[in-house]
Amino acid sequence: MKNITIELINTTIGYKSGNKTTIIASGLNGSFEKGELISLVGRNGCGKSTLLRTIAGFQTILEGRVVQEGKDISDYSIQERARLISIVTTNFKPIPNMTVFDLVAMGRSPYTGFWGKLSQDDKKIIDESIGIVGMEKYRNRTVDTLSDGERQKVLIAKAIAQETTVIILDEPTSFLDYPSKVKTMQILRTLAHDCDKTIIISTHDLEQALQFSDKIWLLNDEKKLIVNTPSEMIEKGIMKECFGYENCIFVSKIE
Amino acid sequence: MNNTLLFVILLLLIPFLVFCNLMTGSVEMGSELWKTVVMTIRLPQTLTAMSCGAGLSVAGLLMQTIFRNPLAGPSVLGVSSAASLGVAFVLLLSGAIGGTSLSHFGVIGNSAIILAAIAGSLCVMIVIVWLSRRVAGNATLLISGVMIGYIASAIIGVLKAYANEEDIHAYVIWGLGSFSRVSGGQVGVFVCLIAILLPLTMLLAKPLNMMLMGDLYALNLGLNVKLHRMWIIAAAGILTAVVTAYCGPIMFLGLAVPHIARGIFRTSDHRILLPATLICGAELSLLCNLISKMPGANGVLPINSVTALIGAPIALYVLLKRKSGGHYI
Repeated sequence: MKNITIELINTTIGYKSGNKTTIIASGLNGSFEKGELISLVGRNGCGKSTLLRTIAGFQTILEGRVVQEGKDISDYSIQERARLISIVTTNFKPIPNMTVFDLVAMGRSPYTGFWGKLSQDDKKIIDESIGIVGMEKYRNRTVDTLSDGERQKVLIAKAIAQETTVIILDEPTSFLDYPSKVKTMQILRTLAHDCDKTIIISTHDLEQALQFSDKIWLLNDEKKLIVNTPSEMIEKGIMKECFGYENCIFVSKIE
Repeated sequence: MNNTLLFVILLLLIPFLVFCNLMTGSVEMGSELWKTVVMTIRLPQTLTAMSCGAGLSVAGLLMQTIFRNPLAGPSVLGVSSAASLGVAFVLLLSGAIGGTSLSHFGVIGNSAIILAAIAGSLCVMIVIVWLSRRVAGNATLLISGVMIGYIASAIIGVLKAYANEEDIHAYVIWGLGSFSRVSGGQVGVFVCLIAILLPLTMLLAKPLNMMLMGDLYALNLGLNVKLHRMWIIAAAGILTAVVTAYCGPIMFLGLAVPHIARGIFRTSDHRILLPATLICGAELSLLCNLISKMPGANGVLPINSVTALIGAPIALYVLLKRKSGGHYI
């Protein structure tokens, strides 16, 4: 029995503005499972972000369905969705005077009452989340004093505190230096495997994507979605076909 | 220092400032005339100053959060000008079209002025929200505010050309901004309006905190962003409009005070910032009123000069501190 959290059934993604509909990709099929780290890859402008936004329920589905836990994503209320999917984006503007704890505490918003008062349990969950990303020392630092990598970790902690089965991250490693990239991917992989979450990221860092992910979702130039494990992606030559150029080699295992 | 202690200190400052405001002035203390002056002039003026400061400051805080822009504020974004334009329509055109001048400020005239101010400010708030979501960056938003201000004053100029002498005079006086024009029963109405509106903004504390994160994050945290943005705009617009209708356009208080509150409490939590801004706003306004009476003799400084002298440096400080063109507040 598979633990499917999100399923795409013949989904068409794109934008609607006024009478004009822009289709970015259509007929997408695939499913995400619990305990998986999935990397969504593809060239610039292939629709990675649009696909993520659609899965997160921010963008209307033009055709087909996106099903989460047996129910169409659009049938959930905003409040219900907040407990199913959490997001981490790259365009977070740091807020002065807001501490790491405050920011992670935002993840508890779907569970707190009218005034947003944190219970002892909430506080415990927040501190645990900060611990998982290894930012305990920074608990009371303000967010605007953190580096990009540190801020990324805090935002991941926010997503953990939100206690959703699915976490979606839009290019979580894009502004980070090499060690931070690896560290972030390690955290995400551990989180998926140990906490049984579905973690979906979009990325341009193929090296880390292939190394750390359980599955690769590739949106190719023909706007077709190819889903496979990293090693199969390489062995079948799919990676090379999409991203390769002369003298570029993808190796499935270094031993 | 802990927050409770800070609040206690701030709250204790209020009676002190009220006392100073009631005692300062040119009339000799203790006489019959003095009693009359305190009760009929200084007390209403003090209450007006407090309500105005608290109202504009909270409106400023709401705007800064919703636009995620440290330079947002009622006077900077042209919301005050728009409220003035609403007032100008009523004040200047009623005489010319209706034949009877509203300048005498009857009850009906007064409510018409308030409604006109609310209509004006809400229109501009909606335009600015629309603009802020299409164009990014502080500069664009500020320029839009300045332009809206110009357009408003241009239209007011045109209206003046058609208005009669008496109405123009009333409008010019109103436009100077003052805490002392509101008198007698009207003070009661004004204070009550603000006293009802301000606690209502407290209900927005959690949504405001979530809005700090940005639209997408707020939505993902379960907030109906569109609905709450509308409520916040309505709250900020109505507060600005009510204050502007009664006191005229008051500069810079709304921009400066939220920064002072943030500086004192070092937090981004609106459950603390809202009451803190409210109290600081009332106090700074009382202080400005006190300063405007300082020169002694009969000279009273125009209140807008005083608020601008205090508010403008704070605005400048915020601008310079964020020289990287960077982020919010």
